[in-house]
Amino acid sequence: MFAPGTAVRVKDDWPETRGPVHIRTPHYLRGMQGVVVRHLGSFRNPEDLAFARPAPLRALYHVRFDQPSVWHEGRAGDELQVEIFEHWLEQA
Amino acid sequence: MNVTETEGERLLVALRSVLAAKGIASAAEIAERIAITDSASPGQGARMVAKAWCDAGYRARLLEDGSKAAEELGIPMRGMPPLGVLEDTAEHHNLVVCTLCSCYPRAVLGYPPFWYKSAAYRARAVRDPRGLLAEEWGTVLADNVRLRVVDSTADYRWMVLPLRPAGTEGWDEARLASIVREGDVIGVTIPRLA
Repeated sequence: MFAPGTAVRVKDDWPETRGPVHIRTPHYLRGMQGVVVRHLGSFRNPEDLAFARPAPLRALYHVRFDQPSVWHEGRAGDELQVEIFEHWLEQA
Repeated sequence: MNVTETEGERLLVALRSVLAAKGIASAAEIAERIAITDSASPGQGARMVAKAWCDAGYRARLLEDGSKAAEELGIPMRGMPPLGVLEDTAEHHNLVVCTLCSCYPRAVLGYPPFWYKSAAYRARAVRDPRGLLAEEWGTVLADNVRLRVVDSTADYRWMVLPLRPAGTEGWDEARLASIVREGDVIGVTIPRLA
C-alpha cells in the first residue's frame, strides 16, 4: 500500500505490444513520476474482468502529476490527477 | 419477416433472453435501469451543487462521499460506480475528462454531451487544457488559479463542485440550481448569472 504523499512512478510497461489487453493506465503516463493523493478503494482488476478471467481486488489510487513535466509545455503549477491501480505503480 | 424490425432490435431481444435465462438480469431489472438512466439529467447534479452552496454540512458530506450525498437527494446510485466530487477553490479549478473512453457520472448528469466523447476533447484536455477552455468555451482562468485535470480512467466517476458566483447572496437552492449548467460540473465553464 502507498501512503498519501508517496512519490511513485508509473511503470514504463507496454503490455499492448505483447498481446490483447484492456488497460486503464493511459499511454501518456507510462514512466512518469507522480505523488499519491489517496487510496480510493479496491476494485476488481479490469485487465482480467475484460477477458472474463478471475479478477482479484486491486488497490486504486488517485495520483497527481505535474502537467508541464508530462508534456514539456503548459502552465507551471497545473496538474493531472489520475486513477492508477497499484500494480502499475512503483516507489520513485 | 417483419420489415420494421432492425437487426439491432433482434440482437437486443436475443441478449435480453440470454441474460434472463442465465439469471444475470431480469426484464424488470433492465426496464428499471433504462428508466433510471433516462431520468438522469444535469439538473440532478445542479441540485447537489446548489445544496452544497447553501448547506455546509451537505457540502462536507458531498466531498466525503458523492454517492451517499446523491442518494440523500433521492438520486438512485445502486449499482452505479462510486461518485467522487472535486472541490473548486480560489486557488484550484478542476476539469474532468476520460482520455481512455467516455467515463462520465451518468447517474447524476445523464448522458454525456457529444463533445465529451470526442477524440479532440479527450486529447487536448490533458495536453493543452487552458487552450481548450479558452478557445472552445471562452473560459479563461486567472493566472493565480491552478488547473487540475482529472482523467477519469478507472472505477470512479467525477463531478466538479464549482465556486458559487458572486451576486447570488440570499438566493434559495432552486434558484441557485437553475444557473448550474452541465459544463460547470464538468469544469469547462464556470457558473455565471444568466
